[in-house]
Amino acid sequence: MSRFWTTLWGLRDELAAHLVLSFAALALGIVIALPLIVAAARNRHAAQIALGLASLVQTVPALALLALFYPLLLSLSALIGGGIPALGFLPALLALALYAVLPILHNGVAGLRGLDPAVREAADAMGLTPAQKLRWVEAPLVAPLVLAGIRTAAVWTVGAATLATTVGATSLGNPIFAGLQTQNWVLVLAGCAAAAGLALATDGVLVLIERGVALRRPLLAWLGLALVAVALGWAMLPARAEQRPALVVGAKNFSEQYILARLIGSRLDQAGFAVSYREGLGSAVVFKALESGDIDAYVDYAGTLWTSELKRTDTPSPAAMRQGLAQYLAKPGGARLLGTLGFENAYVFAMKPEVAKARGIVSLQDLVSVAPDLTLGSDLEFLDRPEWRAVSAAYPLRFKANKRYSPTFMYRALASGDADVITAFSSDGRIAADKLTVLSDPARAIPNYDALLLISARCAADPRCIGALRPLLGRIPVVAMREANYQVDRDTAKQTPDQAADWLATKTGLAR
Amino acid sequence: MGPEIRFEQVSRHFGAVRAVEAVDLTIAGGSFVALVGESGSGKSTLLRAINRLDEAAQREGRVTIGGADVTATPLTELRRRIGYVFQSIGLFPHMDVAANVAIGRRARGDGLGEAEVAALLDQVGLSSEFARRMPRELSGGQAQRVGIARALAIEPEILLLDEPFAALDPVTRDALGKTVRALHEARGLTTILVTHDMAEAMLLADRVIVLAAGRIVADATPADLAAGRGGAEAEALVAIPREQARRIAELGAKADK
Repeated sequence: MSRFWTTLWGLRDELAAHLVLSFAALALGIVIALPLIVAAARNRHAAQIALGLASLVQTVPALALLALFYPLLLSLSALIGGGIPALGFLPALLALALYAVLPILHNGVAGLRGLDPAVREAADAMGLTPAQKLRWVEAPLVAPLVLAGIRTAAVWTVGAATLATTVGATSLGNPIFAGLQTQNWVLVLAGCAAAAGLALATDGVLVLIERGVALRRPLLAWLGLALVAVALGWAMLPARAEQRPALVVGAKNFSEQYILARLIGSRLDQAGFAVSYREGLGSAVVFKALESGDIDAYVDYAGTLWTSELKRTDTPSPAAMRQGLAQYLAKPGGARLLGTLGFENAYVFAMKPEVAKARGIVSLQDLVSVAPDLTLGSDLEFLDRPEWRAVSAAYPLRFKANKRYSPTFMYRALASGDADVITAFSSDGRIAADKLTVLSDPARAIPNYDALLLISARCAADPRCIGALRPLLGRIPVVAMREANYQVDRDTAKQTPDQAADWLATKTGLAR
Repeated sequence: MGPEIRFEQVSRHFGAVRAVEAVDLTIAGGSFVALVGESGSGKSTLLRAINRLDEAAQREGRVTIGGADVTATPLTELRRRIGYVFQSIGLFPHMDVAANVAIGRRARGDGLGEAEVAALLDQVGLSSEFARRMPRELSGGQAQRVGIARALAIEPEILLLDEPFAALDPVTRDALGKTVRALHEARGLTTILVTHDMAEAMLLADRVIVLAAGRIVADATPADLAAGRGGAEAEALVAIPREQARRIAELGAKADK
């Protein structure tokens, strides 16, 4: 229990960032919604168009909406010659604000439509101008409904802001996503508790303002606004004055990435940089983030870049692929491939040994004839990746069913029999720990997946940054990486990614 | 004294519905005129042509107040000179009675003092303590009294009443009718009352105009109407209260025997 409280206490920065992000998004949502309500009051068509658009936005899943703003801002930035940050606060702010518009707009329009026609007629007959009518009659009568809409929007926004983690904005989603990946339930619980607490507190303050308006007691409303101001003041207080040059380390959404990010980050920290982390980024986002300088270092895998970024479908030798990637990256002022870390994390197809033995399967070729009886469990993105197209071209695999899991749950599904074959990762500690059978790839359809250390132009131009990272190259054998991953992924005596990174540094002789 | 109001070939159509059809009518300044007719006869539409609450209709013809075309005055300015009271009252539910009464003056840029509000409430038969009440705390009759005070607060020369008593009980209705008539006299207003109740029209107005299907079918004084000299359409409407009065008188006579 005390671990929960210390973890919760440690989320101060995430809570502050979450609060600023969701309040800013809510404020922007209100600023967008209010003029639309006024326009809707004057024009029935405007009301329909505005409501239609807002509803359309709402049908886009929050996660997708956040993700869509990344390329949007990126191309916008390119259009005006740079300067718009495409990752982090801005895309999260815009997506959440759009999300907040609907309940406010909806309630406002409904309130105006529900207004007693006699009241409108009286206002007109008394010779009120449209502005007077809005200010004295319509606005005060619709205000309680609009406030109720703002309350709904506030709770949504605080909840949805946890997803901002995926576009690199710090939020209470950080502990939730990290905890889910590393199965650190205390971390997940603390993140959820903090988010729920913030949502409830926000709702409580808004109730106060709502009461103040409804009962015409301005003091209550002002008290509510003062509480908001105090909370924002606390959240925007800089945690501590940071004078050191800042670098951002990125990570995708699985344990190995979290561990390596912490390993890279601790070395940069020792070299005198102020390090922050953007973790849980999608594969498609993370490389673009490096190119645009939103992050400064992360680890990717040769085959992933080869197929996703270079759009190549061939599978050359590891050295040729590395050279191709280095050439691709060698744009002046662009990101750099610093080198390989020394291990490979390839997609491998794995099965429970008894199942594989019973059916006599040792290779992907053997799988072809029995696949119709089996269920494939993959991670969330594998079935959309070019690797899967390459594999299914080389081996005509037609499974009974294809199921997608987040990586951690994929292994659970294999253990429980919900999946018969999984697309595992060769550096995963659970392959050895669960004694899984890894199927060979006689047609060499799956490319090489050497772990590559990639750095931004800023890091590449700074000898201290390069100096801090260069010792990592070729230093991490797959056995050590597997063990570190397993320390985080296993069910008992779990370590945090930080602890596993420390262990890895000691094990490989990188620690001082 | 209130100004003359004149309708010249006034038509008001809502799509295919011909609410008012080529009406010519002159209402003398300072007179109290009732427009009577069944639902859909066009009486409210004709009334609303004066303060231009009929912007949704296709309009033809001219309406003048004291010789000036109503479309020549800016809309808000026109309405701020005309008192308007209607059946659903339309008090602003979030304002107390004093604020409701003062709204027209506030719209013109000045306000209404406590004493002025009290005087207005007194004129419509409410004590000054009503000033701080909210509309939801009023009975229907009290609310309509506030509605009349609100219409009079702007010192209008014209008072337009659109079925103002239709939703009230007979006792309140009778009392309020007398109040309105007294205010009409005291202020020298030009007053137009729209009602479907012929008895009410005859007892309050100096002149009764009957409308049917958007046209004027009768135009007579209450005395002429009572004497059966209003024409067939008017007589059909007058016959009902006359018959009711006769039967009530008979009941009384029976009881006396």
